[in-house]
Amino acid sequence: MTTDFNGTMLDSKIPEGPIQDKWTRRKFDVKLVNPANRRKYDLIVVGTGLAGAGAAAALGELGYNVKAFTYNDSSRRAHSIAAQGGINAAKNYPNDNDSVFRLFYDTVKGGDYRSREANVYRLAEVSNSIIDQTVAQGAPYAREYGGLLDNRSFGGAQVSRTFYARGQTGQQLLLTAYQALARQVGLGNVELFTRTEMLELVTKDDRAVGIVTRDLVTGEIESHSAHAVVLATGGYSNVYFLSTNAMNCNGTAAWRAYRKGAFFANPSFTQIHPTCIPASDEHQSKLTLMSESLRNDGRIWVPKTAGDSRPPNEIPEEDRDYYLERQYPAFGNLVPRDVASRAAMRMIDQDRGIGPMKNGVYLDFADAINRLGRQTIEDRYGNLFEMYERITDENPYEVPMRIYPAPHYTMGGLWVDYNLETTVPGLFASGEANFSDHGANRLGASALMQGVADGYFVLPATISGYLANWLNVAPVPTDDEVFTNAVQAVKDRTEKFLSIDGTHSVDYFHRRLGKIMIEECGMSRDREGLEKALKQIPALREEFWSDLKVLGDEESMNQSLERAGRVADFLELAELMVRDALDREESCGGHFRLEHQTEDGEARRDDENFAFVSAWQWMGEDAPPIRNTEPLEFEYVALTQRSYK
Amino acid sequence: MNLTLRVWRQSGPGSEGSFKTYEAKDVSPDASFFEMLDELNERLNDQGIEPIAFDSDCREGICGTCGVMVDGNPHGPQSGTATCQLHMRKFNDGDTITVEPWRALAFPVLKDLVVDRTPFDKIIQAGGYISVNIGAAQDANAIPVPKPAAESAMDAAACIGCAACVAACPNSAANLFTAAKLAHMNLLPQGQPERYLRTTAMVETMESFFGSCRNYGECETACPKSISIDVIAWMNRDYVAAQWKNLRKHGQQA
Repeated sequence: MTTDFNGTMLDSKIPEGPIQDKWTRRKFDVKLVNPANRRKYDLIVVGTGLAGAGAAAALGELGYNVKAFTYNDSSRRAHSIAAQGGINAAKNYPNDNDSVFRLFYDTVKGGDYRSREANVYRLAEVSNSIIDQTVAQGAPYAREYGGLLDNRSFGGAQVSRTFYARGQTGQQLLLTAYQALARQVGLGNVELFTRTEMLELVTKDDRAVGIVTRDLVTGEIESHSAHAVVLATGGYSNVYFLSTNAMNCNGTAAWRAYRKGAFFANPSFTQIHPTCIPASDEHQSKLTLMSESLRNDGRIWVPKTAGDSRPPNEIPEEDRDYYLERQYPAFGNLVPRDVASRAAMRMIDQDRGIGPMKNGVYLDFADAINRLGRQTIEDRYGNLFEMYERITDENPYEVPMRIYPAPHYTMGGLWVDYNLETTVPGLFASGEANFSDHGANRLGASALMQGVADGYFVLPATISGYLANWLNVAPVPTDDEVFTNAVQAVKDRTEKFLSIDGTHSVDYFHRRLGKIMIEECGMSRDREGLEKALKQIPALREEFWSDLKVLGDEESMNQSLERAGRVADFLELAELMVRDALDREESCGGHFRLEHQTEDGEARRDDENFAFVSAWQWMGEDAPPIRNTEPLEFEYVALTQRSYK
Repeated sequence: MNLTLRVWRQSGPGSEGSFKTYEAKDVSPDASFFEMLDELNERLNDQGIEPIAFDSDCREGICGTCGVMVDGNPHGPQSGTATCQLHMRKFNDGDTITVEPWRALAFPVLKDLVVDRTPFDKIIQAGGYISVNIGAAQDANAIPVPKPAAESAMDAAACIGCAACVAACPNSAANLFTAAKLAHMNLLPQGQPERYLRTTAMVETMESFFGSCRNYGECETACPKSISIDVIAWMNRDYVAAQWKNLRKHGQQA
């Protein structure tokens, strides 16, 4: 073990009582702030994706003074916008036996029993309100001819519970949140700061009191003070350099909070999404996702024989291996993402990968087109097919798509209790930035669900419990030394980046870090590789700090400087991910340790020793972090080996 | 392939800009336009020349962050495609490519190819929403929406807010952007109560920043989501109807 010590046990503040009553109970027992007093509170929300824009809008509607921050040029750009396939809810409109309990059960099982039951139940419970709310706000979901809402299926479920707006569900949901936020900005309840990046969390007496930001246009470093801070800053898949995340997605806000005392939970739990377009060459800047919804109608296959390099249309039916349908007859092509990704990897390892770099598998629509007609497929997936053709120059109506697993989502994130509060009082984390709902693997169409749930419904309800303690207490003034010190630290760091004057660009280091991470801490991990990475990363970090070359200055727009800060933090976060992966001597969900697998290559959990959340605590520059634990108890979903057969 | 790039360089909002010429060597035809620029930037950085600033985020054509003029066309030569989804196979070896920021008075250049599109947010803040407080909604299926209306609303809602329409317009009008959002909301039953107030507020805010529409249709051609200028006709009709005071006041159909 790399860590032979355990820190404190964490209190997740789950309400007492049966699981279906917990959320109602919390909403009742939480302290309230009366409507007339809410305007006395200043709140900061960092990030304007679904979880951030939603929270800022909801808090603004309640009457708090909100400041919302985004590094994008507008609050309509965050990467929630790229979610394609849909959002789950337990409406049971298709009459196929769905229920809140089933959505809860599927999500706990899909997460390979490493999530917190009470949180997941709440997520399933509010899922229906999300659909109601977003429809009322004008999200143009797909409809049946009778005018009612349509559903489709997603991985890890045997019911149709996914609501969608063509292949642009994330866009339409983010725009409803953006518009709700715009309304509050127009009304003066929310002040919006665009092109402004949070570079430090400010704490006083161990509680969060504000943030330090950089204006990305003028370079100005500014302090913002508040009664509470909400981080809705997304995930850290870009630690791999190549991922499906947007170019600017980064882990800096969460990492800065970690260094100020917020515990980081399950950092090694990352999701590799099975259906991405394979990389074509060395210079690629990012990977593009093809929605999981395609697995409703597409069939995944590889040639039966290793090294078969015939074009797909010349490979006859009997020489094809529809390996998911063969290995997992009950769920077929709709197994959860971790299972599908690993199965693809096994095929590629057996030299049965396809495409010019032998790094993909086929996703074939020929059967669906024969059965349903081209028009139906075009209606369902037209925009995805077009996107595929633009990128690859191949027509997926005629030639099967080539797909490949790629880093997509991080289940790990800041540790939060049931109220979404981190271990720093007054600091909350919402959406992908927290760790709470997806365990070791997230099911498809659940990220939008969690983003909206946290932002619209959970956080606005729980935050008053903290705020009520600070009634009539003014926020810490920004000339307090906690702020001036934090500003100085940010300025020093910025100047340091510009003064190294080495030989290589930020991307050069980022690409190298990504290579280490995907090889040693990607879809499969083992002790030897992780220990190697634990040596390589600090060495690379040292090189970064002595050989980085950032041109330009700090007093104007400087995109290299922005990236330098983000990559500097990734170089630290990567090490924590590796440490956590090494520490967790079991396989679960997206965390697959080669040493711990069943005979047929499935993840083998160790519930006796590892049914817990690891929550890492920063101990300073020169000391290793401490791993604290939150034990996970499963009262409602029996712990079994996941089977999709 | 080898290319010559003429790129607009401008150090800040107030400063003078000019075209600079760079050679892009050994560009892969499978690279995207921005991957080509990334590589060029890498080389510039190595040579001690500050990299070219440009806005780009999702690289999937959905976030609307990106957009540059490529040889005078917003988002480049491929129709229905944002710059980030444009690939170098659409160009020929030896081409000279001119790259500029969006051109419009309402969008001042911040640096190189980066412009300020805040007026778009102001238009939405003026009324581009349905005023339903969170928590106040009825069951989703209590509002049936005819499928054709939902489809048309979705066609309009596909707008990514990139502002290519403004950059393409000889008058720098923002009618396609504004009308797309109005069509999305005004076609849906949920959008009816505020239909005329919304139309008035958004159109008037738009006019305070942008030029007037003369139906050139350049916006439709430039739009990476191929949004039809039909939406502009609907907006004009609703705007005229909104001028009938009682209709506006009571949110009634024209």
